[in-house]
Amino acid sequence: MNIQKNGGVLISLIALAFISSSLLANIDLYEFSTEENQLRYRVLTKELRCPKCQNQDIADSNAPIAADMRREVHRLLEEGQDDDSIVSFMVDRFGEFVHYKPQVKPATYLLWYGPWALLGLGVVVIIFLAGRRASNQNKEASEKIDQEDKKTAGKEKPSTLLDQHERVEQLLSRFKDD
Amino acid sequence: MNKRLVFLTPLAIALGLGLILFTAIGKDPTKLETARLNDPIPAFNLKSLADNSQQFSEKDLIGKVSLLNVWATWCPSCRVEHSYLNVLANQGVRIIGLNYKDERVAALTWLEKLGNPYAFTIYDPHGKLGFDLGVYGAPETYLVDQYGVVRFRHVGVVDERIWNQTLKPLVEKYSPTVPKQQSKVQSKPQPKLQTK
Repeated sequence: MNIQKNGGVLISLIALAFISSSLLANIDLYEFSTEENQLRYRVLTKELRCPKCQNQDIADSNAPIAADMRREVHRLLEEGQDDDSIVSFMVDRFGEFVHYKPQVKPATYLLWYGPWALLGLGVVVIIFLAGRRASNQNKEASEKIDQEDKKTAGKEKPSTLLDQHERVEQLLSRFKDD
Repeated sequence: MNKRLVFLTPLAIALGLGLILFTAIGKDPTKLETARLNDPIPAFNLKSLADNSQQFSEKDLIGKVSLLNVWATWCPSCRVEHSYLNVLANQGVRIIGLNYKDERVAALTWLEKLGNPYAFTIYDPHGKLGFDLGVYGAPETYLVDQYGVVRFRHVGVVDERIWNQTLKPLVEKYSPTVPKQQSKVQSKPQPKLQTK
């Protein structure tokens, strides 16, 4: 009985240890006028990046600046602002950095189109190399045939399938005779 | 000729990529360029740290090139840079304080104990102006020109190296040409300080 009791305590202690600290990080409770606003809040705080702790979105971060940003997102949502204007409100203050999906503009062309350009370049290189290899193989193959032709030149050589067939039959009949 | 192309293309790509990546070496990714660059200081209306009845607005930053220093007593790096700010203030650099998310009494005690390099200090207990400026961690120092336009932001401690290499040339660049004589007079005691 005693062991069972202790076991229960132990298990709950272990369970306690596994409560994620990130669950506890973001405990500010906001009230929303509509459920849609609450949903948009959740999406927006996932899309905005914390400038202090750079690999976290503001929903996940417990830096003071992230808390301020969540508060502002809530305020702007309840004011009836749309998502784009909330994002640009943050970008105006903290820079393009703060949005996980940066705008397409000359400064971000490399970011947006660089990978596609590299992919295109890769395809071009592969096509080029494949084409070269194919033509090389053709060359090699034809060279081989040429060489064989030279080797067998002068000797009798089966030229058609029919000839080959006849020759095989001849050979087979010889074995039969034996 | 094709063979040459096969060798040269990857080489050119590697060199280009290397050049791009090379420019980023030594850059601290935690230091972001301010989104307010070349924008006027956002409008604000905040009380003075020293005098609760006095109000400051963005217009109080107009007139002279100044450094707007964001600080708080809870910020250890602010303590590190404070003595150098005192040195700069003694050289005649106009520094304006933005007391960020702090408590008035603690902040006033701090200035009394460590010296006050600020021409005046704006009291921003809720970080309102800080948020509009895009402050994400104290200390931060904004270079504001005579028209109240943000020209540069330094995130982190301001020390002699940052001042001489980065801030001072910019302060000189944005200073109007007329008061140059003044800055000549002010720059005289500088070598003495450096030889220490």
